[in-house]
Amino acid sequence: MASLNADLVAASGQPRKAGRSVVARAVRSPRGWIGILLVLPVVLIAILGPVVAPYDPAEFVAAPFAGSSGEVPLGADFLGRDVLSRVLDGGRMLLILAFAATTAGVLIGTALGMVAAYQPSTDDGIMRVLDVGMAFPQLLLALLLLSIVGPKAWLICLAVAAIHVPQVARVIRAATLRVVEQDYVKFASSLGIAHRKILATEVIPNIMGPVMVESGIRLTYSIGIIASLAFLGLGLQPPTADWGLMINENRIGMAQNPWAVVAPVALIAAITVGVNLFTDAVAQSVLDGTDAGGVDDVPEMMSRGVEEMSAEPSFYVIDGPAGEDFMSSAESRKATE
Amino acid sequence: MVSVLVFAATQLLPGDAAQAVLGKNATPEALAALRERLGLGVGPLQQYWLWLQSFLSGDAGDSLANQQPVWAQVGPRIRNSLWLVCISAVIGIPIAIALGIWSAVRRDTIIDHSTAFLALVAAAVPEFVIAIVLILVFSTTVLHVLPPVSLVPPGGSILDDPAILVLPVATLVIVIVPYVMRMTRSAMAEVLTSEYVEMARLKGMSPARILMRHAFPNALPPIVQAVALNLAYLAGGIVVVEFVFGFPGVGQGLVHAINARDIPTIQLIIMLLASVYIVLSILADVCVVLVTPRLRTSTWHH
Repeated sequence: MASLNADLVAASGQPRKAGRSVVARAVRSPRGWIGILLVLPVVLIAILGPVVAPYDPAEFVAAPFAGSSGEVPLGADFLGRDVLSRVLDGGRMLLILAFAATTAGVLIGTALGMVAAYQPSTDDGIMRVLDVGMAFPQLLLALLLLSIVGPKAWLICLAVAAIHVPQVARVIRAATLRVVEQDYVKFASSLGIAHRKILATEVIPNIMGPVMVESGIRLTYSIGIIASLAFLGLGLQPPTADWGLMINENRIGMAQNPWAVVAPVALIAAITVGVNLFTDAVAQSVLDGTDAGGVDDVPEMMSRGVEEMSAEPSFYVIDGPAGEDFMSSAESRKATE
Repeated sequence: MVSVLVFAATQLLPGDAAQAVLGKNATPEALAALRERLGLGVGPLQQYWLWLQSFLSGDAGDSLANQQPVWAQVGPRIRNSLWLVCISAVIGIPIAIALGIWSAVRRDTIIDHSTAFLALVAAAVPEFVIAIVLILVFSTTVLHVLPPVSLVPPGGSILDDPAILVLPVATLVIVIVPYVMRMTRSAMAEVLTSEYVEMARLKGMSPARILMRHAFPNALPPIVQAVALNLAYLAGGIVVVEFVFGFPGVGQGLVHAINARDIPTIQLIIMLLASVYIVLSILADVCVVLVTPRLRTSTWHH
């Protein structure tokens, strides 16, 4: 995160320009509407799919890996079940789990990051604990837990949320530090306004930009991890229809009936790319909406492992967490010059 | 620290590891024998201590799947995975840096925008989807030019048949490139707008010389950091990619061990990958300090 959200974090707390809302502006940008065009159909398929599916997803309707025909438009899978029906049925759990894990991770991470920045006495403790959590490759930890405890939906959700918490907390802490140093927050606290009220009325509205962008990045990442876990056999178990699992089940028959692999691959690709593009548009829009926007480089949103990696902020580690401001590499170079 | 996590997750968490390995239908005799082998008879702290001791002395135990020492099985896999990651890094990192510099120089042109767009796409899609798409295109549905799985004959080396390496390497390159490229671009874009580069330009220095002598060295720290963190990320990323291609490396070994509930093998591989991850993360910080003169000499108390 260090790199991409540097500008965004730096812009937190800056006065915002009047005008269209952040999301409305994002929707109008090319990346924004392309993103929505990619995401919406996938979400609709996942939600409404089971209603319109021609067959029961567990029903045997044709020969294994039968090609597409009038009866089975996308052919049959490795056991002879209808690929179309299974595709229509196989997205719900993925999206629900990804959404739940993202929401939990972002909420907890935001709360921790905000408190750490706002109450310096808690900063050291919170960030140290999160550093420890980050010292382990989290995907491996998720694999480990799932392999031992077994592929349970709640555990997948919990593991993915736990992956997000430290990374989100770090970004939000940096953004909150920017806000807290603004005069209007100092003024509010000098008036003796309750902390809770300052957080709710001054801090939270001013860190919504990073929170929104962070949620988008986290959602892309959640979908990717959960689909990957399913692909490895650590998600929903057969005979349930699930996109990630379908890809693994049917890849031996790719030559006979490519649809059984192509359809779920296309859907996973569409939704991850769509969410990422839309997130990028939101980030751009948040920047454009502040006075800090449009001055310098536009940060590009990256997702997946990038977050995991960049969340090892070298300068943070070198500086030691206590009381130091979060600095992106670019910023710290400016600062040390 | 990591060892505590790994140990706790594998041996303590399931309550009774022996039961978890053998399943619900195990005979009491088999359960007792396995408990004996995993050293489950004593308290948790003592268990951990014994495990750590033998682990550090190079004895990771025997595989539960085939009773061979775990190290002997994992050893060749480590070599294969190292080859895979090194080849991918040697190909991917120069491509990423070159693309990053190119898009920084051609800022806000069609080149910049299209590389940025492609990076967003490539970074969003999970690794296994990239791998499957490559297989669809190059070895099954569209073309039939490359093998879809990395089959290695027993005793053979992965280097005997370079064709099996092409798709796994290509996948990892696509995984590596976007992030390093974007970091390079933003670092270079910033340096290129600095006053000393402007100065060099005004002196009439050739653009190539400005790029290589003045701009690139100053943009290096974030790039080096991005590269190291990217390689650290691959410690987790290769698991899925190796599994897709049936590549005989540690990642595939881990998936097999998980399916076989082979606890000693799982412990060893996760400890290995976690160590690589941590070492590279630390290395990322050290490298940044080493390649940045200001950081090397400055004091850290503002």
